[in-house]
Amino acid sequence: MGKLGCRHNERGTYPMGIVNHKKTDLHGMTVHTIETKKYKTTSFILQVKEPINEKNVTKRALLAYVLQSGTKDFPSSKELRSALDDLYGATLNADLSKKGENQVISIRMEVANEKFLSNSEPVLDKAFHLLSQVLLAPALEGDVFKEGIVKKEKRSLKQQIESIYDDKMRYANKRLLEEMYDSEPYRLNVYGNGDEVDSISPKELFDYYQEVIRNDKIDLYVIGDISTDEMVDKVSKHFRFSKDRKEDETKAVNAADEKRISEVKEIFEEQDVQQGKLHMGYRTYTTYADDDYFALQVFNGIFGGFSHSKLFMNVREKESLAYYAASRFESHKGAVFVMSGIETANYEKAVKIIKEQHEEMKKGKITDSEFEQTKAMINNQVLETIDHPIGLSEVLYHNVVAGTNRSIEDWMEGIKKVTKDDVVAVAKKVTLDTIFFLKGAGTNGNENV
Amino acid sequence: MGMKTFDQLDETLHYEELANGLKVYVLEKKGFNKTYATFTTHYGSVDNHFKPLGKDENVKVPDGIAHFLEHKLFEKEHGDVFQDFSKQGASANAFTTFNRTAYLFSTTGDVKKNLTTLIDFVQEPYFTEKTVEKEKGIIGQEIRMYDDNPDWRVYFGLIENMYHHHPVKIDIAGTEKSIAKITKDDLYECYETFYHPSNMILFIVGPVDAKDILSFVKDNQSQKTFKEKENIERFFDEEPQTVAKTKKVIEMTVQTPKCYMGYKEAAPNRQGKELMKHELSVNLLLEMMFGKSSPNYETLYEEGLIDQTFSFDYTEENGFGFSMLGGDTGSPDEFVERISGMVEDFKQHSIDEDSFDRARKKKIGAFLRSLNSPEFIANQFTRYAFNEMDLFDVIPVFESLTVRDVESVLQNHFKKEAMTVCQVQKKKS
Repeated sequence: MGKLGCRHNERGTYPMGIVNHKKTDLHGMTVHTIETKKYKTTSFILQVKEPINEKNVTKRALLAYVLQSGTKDFPSSKELRSALDDLYGATLNADLSKKGENQVISIRMEVANEKFLSNSEPVLDKAFHLLSQVLLAPALEGDVFKEGIVKKEKRSLKQQIESIYDDKMRYANKRLLEEMYDSEPYRLNVYGNGDEVDSISPKELFDYYQEVIRNDKIDLYVIGDISTDEMVDKVSKHFRFSKDRKEDETKAVNAADEKRISEVKEIFEEQDVQQGKLHMGYRTYTTYADDDYFALQVFNGIFGGFSHSKLFMNVREKESLAYYAASRFESHKGAVFVMSGIETANYEKAVKIIKEQHEEMKKGKITDSEFEQTKAMINNQVLETIDHPIGLSEVLYHNVVAGTNRSIEDWMEGIKKVTKDDVVAVAKKVTLDTIFFLKGAGTNGNENV
Repeated sequence: MGMKTFDQLDETLHYEELANGLKVYVLEKKGFNKTYATFTTHYGSVDNHFKPLGKDENVKVPDGIAHFLEHKLFEKEHGDVFQDFSKQGASANAFTTFNRTAYLFSTTGDVKKNLTTLIDFVQEPYFTEKTVEKEKGIIGQEIRMYDDNPDWRVYFGLIENMYHHHPVKIDIAGTEKSIAKITKDDLYECYETFYHPSNMILFIVGPVDAKDILSFVKDNQSQKTFKEKENIERFFDEEPQTVAKTKKVIEMTVQTPKCYMGYKEAAPNRQGKELMKHELSVNLLLEMMFGKSSPNYETLYEEGLIDQTFSFDYTEENGFGFSMLGGDTGSPDEFVERISGMVEDFKQHSIDEDSFDRARKKKIGAFLRSLNSPEFIANQFTRYAFNEMDLFDVIPVFESLTVRDVESVLQNHFKKEAMTVCQVQKKKS
């Protein structure tokens, strides 16, 4: 693949029709390039992954925000933001997500394609430089992060953690995870623990940062009207890691879910809300890398993934109990979560209907149209997701997290091959673990002047 | 049939106004998998006082009816239209705003089949007493879901503060009490008045052949008959320039207070290019005053008065307009004092060209980025078109703005007496 091939230790090309995705390994970072003329922008997505753990979870959340608040050349948030504005409003944001038992920092940058600007300025090189600085050349004071930045971002992180409580759906979801996974790392919140924030010193954070840069798995996606050779060149020019960088292989997690359920945990909490928030967690014992992963997708779709699903049709349309009643799944932990907003008094009724829908599926009571519609919708969903640069990078990143090598076509083929029997087999594996119900006392939101 | 090319953006828009008055637009997006279509009527929650088509008497309809109608249009004698779309590999949805109701689908499969479903279901209402009653429970839960959402409460609370009479202050979904009154006849009356093709726009964006799609739609419409088009008469009470209330505090079970403040536009009656210029000027000014690269943002962030949730926006439609700024804050009163002080301070100094240019670059970049999204294009194009603006004028209008335009909105829009505040505070137990 091109004259640059000899400089790099690996360069694989997926046999791609829908997406032209190339991978290049460069000093321990994997560069993924996707050449497409679809967009008016070029997107950069850095994914930095480590197993989520009690010791580092809060530091890592703080680190994400500190990194996006200043670099060596632009040592304050204001200067960094001005530099971005000058790049025709390039966007830069860092955020966190939990993918299975990994805590991933995503740093995303999007710049206008210069061909659409009246006075075409070379924004791409500047963008590469800036992005590499965010990761590799942060704003320092002495030998550690600038104290002012750390202090501000600590306050902001604490506020962000607190705000989960204010959004009752998010709060109920968080509580469900804490109860359901009480002895597994997956219980941890991706933003960390509020009471740990204050004690993190700039030095401690910087030491941790150096570990991250040395050991974490790092992937960079570049998507747009680009050429792979040029991008690889620019990456090797701008991204220079220290010599002792070595991905810590022992860190990769792929723990199979071994926990068997003997009894469903039922947790109630009361708050002053107008509507009860019902959240139910199921273990599926299937994750992205498994053969029956596609059957799990179809299971979830029929159960509560779409507006033709059993939950939507029965909880909402038939019984008028709720505005939303849906399920979603987590690919790398192998869980299905159900959520619905109901009258507190309708708790028993709603739970009964939801459980019944699952039982029906175990018995194979799935109509042809439910089955076919769901497969068509999943197919549609994947194709739509990859129309968006971030969606595309997320779909491709599943492979990194799961250690697989599936193309978009494999994916679509996998869904196509699923049979009803496969779905029933998955339905039988899926087991309810925990129900969390946030009950309403019903006087929320009184106004006064 | 018309065609407009936007060379700088590398886009070509095809359009046609059909004999029944329906405006159809098609934007070809090569390389995309998805086709996205919206069928939108110029009718929303503010249109609650009007003269029904073919009648002499004005009517006032229950709050929340436009949104209720949106829900009910999906139900037909044969069942739920959502199902028809999903059988055809499309996902459908709808939304109601202050002055629009949009029905939409996206698909990577058969565009024409889904387009027929979209047009036909919106043009063939089927309301019965039974299905109307059933929906009241569902929408009741939707209302409660929003009641528990502090971000929605503080946003809407601010709009309520601004207006004495204008129906923009009424929650789009109404209340459980107001929707209890809705009957199928009310729905038909609103439908007949506002869903005439001449009050609607169909927008299709995706990897399609524009000419083919246009003639397909034309064919569909020529097989249907509609009443003669009439001008729709809507009535609004005279709205004073002052705000109705200067401050409101809502108590909820939250840990972090929320505070929004806003300025009410005194003369929200612009249309066309004038409106676009005004809207973009206010937004540009907000960016200069409080954008992430501004000194004010840095100060507020350092003082702990704002966090990542801080945002601002200006919006104007025929009859109402306001700017808002806000987010989570530990000290809501101090937040208001500091921000209004900064606005006053900004008025005292002349506007600096560099920050003007930078803010403009940022805005142009953000606009280009949004053109990656078919949803943005279809929804915003329609919104602009209902206000006689053209989405694709945004970049040239930005480029034509001067420091003087921004100075003028600074003096005229951000007036102390037009300001109001809404806060969500921690409930005292």
